[in-house]
Amino acid sequence: MTATPGATPTIVLVGHGMVGQRFLEALAERGLTATHRVVVLCEEPRPAYDRVALTSYFSGKTPEDLSMTDLEFIAAHGIELYVGDPAVTVDRTAREVTARSGQVFAYDTLVLATGSFPFVPPVPNKDADGCFVYRTIEDLLAIEEYAKTATTGAVVGGGLLGLEAAGALKGLGLTSHIVEFAPRLMPVQVDEGGGAALLRTIEEMGLSVHTGVGTQEIVVDDSGAVTGMKLSDGSELATDLVVFSAGVRPRDQLARDCGLTVGERGGIAVDEQCRTVNDPHVFAIGECALASDGRVYGLVAPGYEQAETAAATIAADEAAFTGADLSTKLKLLGVDVASFGDAHGTTADCLDVVYSDSRAGLYKKLVIGRDGTLLGGILVGDAEAYGTLKAFTGSVPPVSPESLVLPAGASGGAQLGPSALPDDAIICSCHNVSKGAIRGAVTEHSCTTVPEVKKCTKAGTGCGSCVKVLGQLVTAELEASGVEVDKGLCGCFSQTREALYEIVLALRINTYQGLLDRYGREEARGGDGCEICKPAIASIIASLAPTIGASGYVLEGEQAALQDSNDHFLANLQKNGSYSVVPRIPGGEITPEGLIVIGEIARDFGLYTKITGGQRIDMFGARVEQLPLIWTRLVDAGFESGHAYGKSLRTVKSCVGQTWCRYGVQDSVRMAIDLELRYRGLRSPHKLKSAVSGCARECAEAQSKDFGVIATSNGWNLYVGGNGGATPRHADLLAQDLSDAELIRLIDRFLMFYIRTADRLERTSTWLERIPGGLDHVRDVVVEDSLGICEELESLMADHVAHYADEWATTINDPEKLARFVSFVNAPDTPDPVVGFVPERDQIKPDLPLLTIGHRPLEGSAQR
Amino acid sequence: MTLAPETTDLKIQLLLDEDWFTVCDLTALTPGRGVAALLPDGRQVALFRDRAGELYAVDNRDPFGGAAVLSRGLTGTHRGRPFVASPLLKQRFDLVSGECLDDETVRIATYEVRAAA
Repeated sequence: MTATPGATPTIVLVGHGMVGQRFLEALAERGLTATHRVVVLCEEPRPAYDRVALTSYFSGKTPEDLSMTDLEFIAAHGIELYVGDPAVTVDRTAREVTARSGQVFAYDTLVLATGSFPFVPPVPNKDADGCFVYRTIEDLLAIEEYAKTATTGAVVGGGLLGLEAAGALKGLGLTSHIVEFAPRLMPVQVDEGGGAALLRTIEEMGLSVHTGVGTQEIVVDDSGAVTGMKLSDGSELATDLVVFSAGVRPRDQLARDCGLTVGERGGIAVDEQCRTVNDPHVFAIGECALASDGRVYGLVAPGYEQAETAAATIAADEAAFTGADLSTKLKLLGVDVASFGDAHGTTADCLDVVYSDSRAGLYKKLVIGRDGTLLGGILVGDAEAYGTLKAFTGSVPPVSPESLVLPAGASGGAQLGPSALPDDAIICSCHNVSKGAIRGAVTEHSCTTVPEVKKCTKAGTGCGSCVKVLGQLVTAELEASGVEVDKGLCGCFSQTREALYEIVLALRINTYQGLLDRYGREEARGGDGCEICKPAIASIIASLAPTIGASGYVLEGEQAALQDSNDHFLANLQKNGSYSVVPRIPGGEITPEGLIVIGEIARDFGLYTKITGGQRIDMFGARVEQLPLIWTRLVDAGFESGHAYGKSLRTVKSCVGQTWCRYGVQDSVRMAIDLELRYRGLRSPHKLKSAVSGCARECAEAQSKDFGVIATSNGWNLYVGGNGGATPRHADLLAQDLSDAELIRLIDRFLMFYIRTADRLERTSTWLERIPGGLDHVRDVVVEDSLGICEELESLMADHVAHYADEWATTINDPEKLARFVSFVNAPDTPDPVVGFVPERDQIKPDLPLLTIGHRPLEGSAQR
Repeated sequence: MTLAPETTDLKIQLLLDEDWFTVCDLTALTPGRGVAALLPDGRQVALFRDRAGELYAVDNRDPFGGAAVLSRGLTGTHRGRPFVASPLLKQRFDLVSGECLDDETVRIATYEVRAAA
C-alpha cells in the first residue's frame, strides 16, 4: 500500500518508546493531530511502556501495568499506530518511509525516535546461549525463562541498569555477580566515596561485586551454552547466565543509511530545534539524537524536553533544546542514590563538603563554589534532601552547607523545608514545573490535594521523585492561605481516632450514639453517622469492652449495627455476595483429624479451598444461610473463629523450630500458639499479623509482620512495624534476648499503645513512621515507660484476655442472631439466585456472568 | 417513608404496581442495618430502618459489582441525606433518591415503603 499525500500533511514517527509517546502527546496538545495525519512505526510488539520502571516487572508488575499508551488516546486522535512493524528504509528525496511489512508512507515531516541499543563488548562467545541484554520487556521474559534452569548469573556493567539487572537475577533466585570495569559502581553518577558506600550496602545484600576487571571471554560448553567468563585479572567466574549492561549506543543506522549526519561516537546530529542538520523535514529526539550541545542524552527527562521542542517547532512555535540537567535520583535495590548539578566537582576552584558514615552506608557530598553557591552533589544511602538541594543548585543556600549534609538528629544538622525555596526553583524536572507553578495550582486553581495538583500541573507524574516535596508544598500553601486541614475522623467527628479513644476510655462511653450525640460535629449529632466512623468506633468499643462495661460480643445490641459487613456476618464477603470461612489454626499447627474435619466440611458444602499465606485454610463460596451450618460443625470439632473478617489479630505464623529443625534454638511453635491464643479477637485499628521464627534463618518471615519474634540462644528478639503487601517494610528491632514473660509483657504494651494512638486503618508500619519520635518514642513508652502508662496498657490487655469468648460459638447458640443469616427476610429458605458457581480445576469459582444479568442489556451473543 | 410507631404487630409493606406487598415484621429490622427481600418477580429489595424509625427500600443489587448485597452495607447520614455504602467497593447510595453519591451517572431503583398493621 502506498499512501498518497493528500491535502492533510503527514507526520511519520519512527519509534514508539517513552519519548515517542511524549511526542504524540505534545502533538495532540498543540492540536497537530487534528490537522495532520500521524503515522507511528513501532518495532517492539507492544506500544510505548515505562522502560525506566522495567525492573518492576520482577516485583510483580505486568507488561500491561508498565504500558504508557492509552489506546483510547491513540484512537481519539486518529493516530495510525503499527506495532511490530519497524521502519527499514527512508528515502529523503521522495520523502517516503518503508516499513518491514512493505507498507510505504509518504511524509511531510519525519521524526526519528529510535532510541538506543545495548552495547555488548566484542568478546568471544558474546552471543552464546545464556547471554542476554537488559532493555526490553522481551529481554526480561527471556531472562526469566532461562533463569529457571540456572543457579548463578553475572552482570557485565555496574551502572544503574547493571545493578538493577543484578538485583533482578538475585530476585529470580540466582547467586548474582556484578563485573564492572571501572574501579567503582555507578562510575557516572557517584565518586569514589559514594561508590564505596554503595559497594558495602550492595555486598551486604548478598551480591558479589568485582570492580576494576574487564570481561575477556565468555566460556561455553559443548552445546554452546554459557558456563563462565574469563576476567582481565586472569580469574574465571563460573556462571550459567550473563547479562550485558555495559551502556547503550544511539540507534542511528536508519539515519546513516539515508545520508544524515551522525556524530563520531554515534547519534543523529540535530540543531536546537531538534531538526537534523541536513534535512529540515527530518527531526530526531531522545536517545538516538546528538543534541546541539554535542551530547547524547540517555535520560528520559531531556528526551521529553526534546519531544516538546520538536512538536513546538512543527507547530511553528518557538522552542529550543540547548542541553539538560543530568540530575538523577534513584532507588537501587532499596538504596537511595542521587546526583545533581556538578556532582564530580569539575568547576574551577570548587570545594567539597562531605559527610560519610560507612557503618550506616551513608555518603553525602556537596560541591560548593568560592562564593558559597551550591553547584551540585552526590547522595548515597539517604537522598531525602535531594528535592530541596537540587532546587537550591545555582544559588547560595540560606544555611551553611555543612548543616545540609549532617543527619537531622546531629547537632548543627538543619533540614531545609521546601518553603525556603525561591518561586523559580524547579521542583519537577521531568515536566519542568517550578515551585511558583505548584503554588499557583493551590492559590489560583483551587487545588487542595496532591492528586489535584499533579493533574493540574503534571508535576510528579514523571519519575515521581518530587512527590514528597510536592506534598510538603501543597500542605504549606494550604496552611498559608488559611485553609484549615481537617484532621477529623470523618464528616461526623472532628476528633482523630486517638482523641476518640481517649474520650471513650476516660468517660467510659460505651455506645456509639452516646458518643455521636455528645462529641460528634454539631450537624452530625442525632443522625445516623457514616460508614467510616461506625466501624471505627465499634472497634474502639470492642477493644475496651471489658474496661468500659460494653459487651465483648460484637453482635450484641447496638454494636451489631456498627460493624462492617464482614464483621456483621463473621465471614469475608467475596465479589459475588458469597462468603469465605477461615477457622483459627493457632501457629499453623493442626492435627490430621482437624484437617479431615475441614476437608469434610468443604466437601459437604461444595466449598473452594485454598491454603492462605498465614498458615491456615480458607473455604470460599459459602452462602450466607450456610454460615451457621458450617460453623456448627466447626465449633463441634473444636475450631474457633479465625477473625479473618475483622480488623483484629489474624495469625501468628511459625516455623517448626527447635523441636524438629536442626537449626532451631527455641520452641517457636509453642510461642506462636501462646501468642495467637492470647491476642485472638483483639479489635485494633487495622488487622494485625505476627510470626515466630525459631532461629535467625527466619523461615516464618517475622520481620514482615506487625509484631515478629525471632528466637536467639538467649531468648527472643521482638521486631515491630513490619509489613508485606503493597508497601513492604522490614520490622524494627524493639528489644533483644527477652524471656517468655518479658516478651509477652512487651507485646501487650506495644499492641495496646498502638490501638490507643493509631489512626483508623493505619497499620503498625505507617503508624510507626507517622507518630512523632517514631521507633525511639515507642521504645521509650513501652520499654522505659516514659509516660507512666505501661501498667494501664498491661491491665487493658489482661482484661481483654480474661474476657475473650469465641464469637461463632456465641452466635450459633443464639436463635435471634442466627435469624439474620438468611438471603431473604421473607423467604428464609431461598438462596440468593445471583450467587452461582461454575467448575474450575476440579473446584468451584463464582459464576460472574450471573452478576451482569439485570443491569446490562441481554442481547445476542453478549451473554454466555 | 412513614414514621413507624413502635408496635410489634406492624408489617413492612412495599408499593408494587399500586398494591402493597407485605414483606416482614417491622421488628425484623435492626435500626442502622438492612435486610434483603425477594419480590414475586425475582427482583431483590434492600430494606433499611434508621435511628429515627424511618423506613427505606432500594434495589438490592450493587450496580458496580453486580452482586445483590446492598442490604448488607452500612448506613449513615451525608449532609442530611440517608445513604447506604456498598459492602463491595464502598460507593454510597442515597436511600431516598437512589442516586449514587460518588458517581452521579449511576442511580438505583427505590420503592415506596410503609409500616402498617
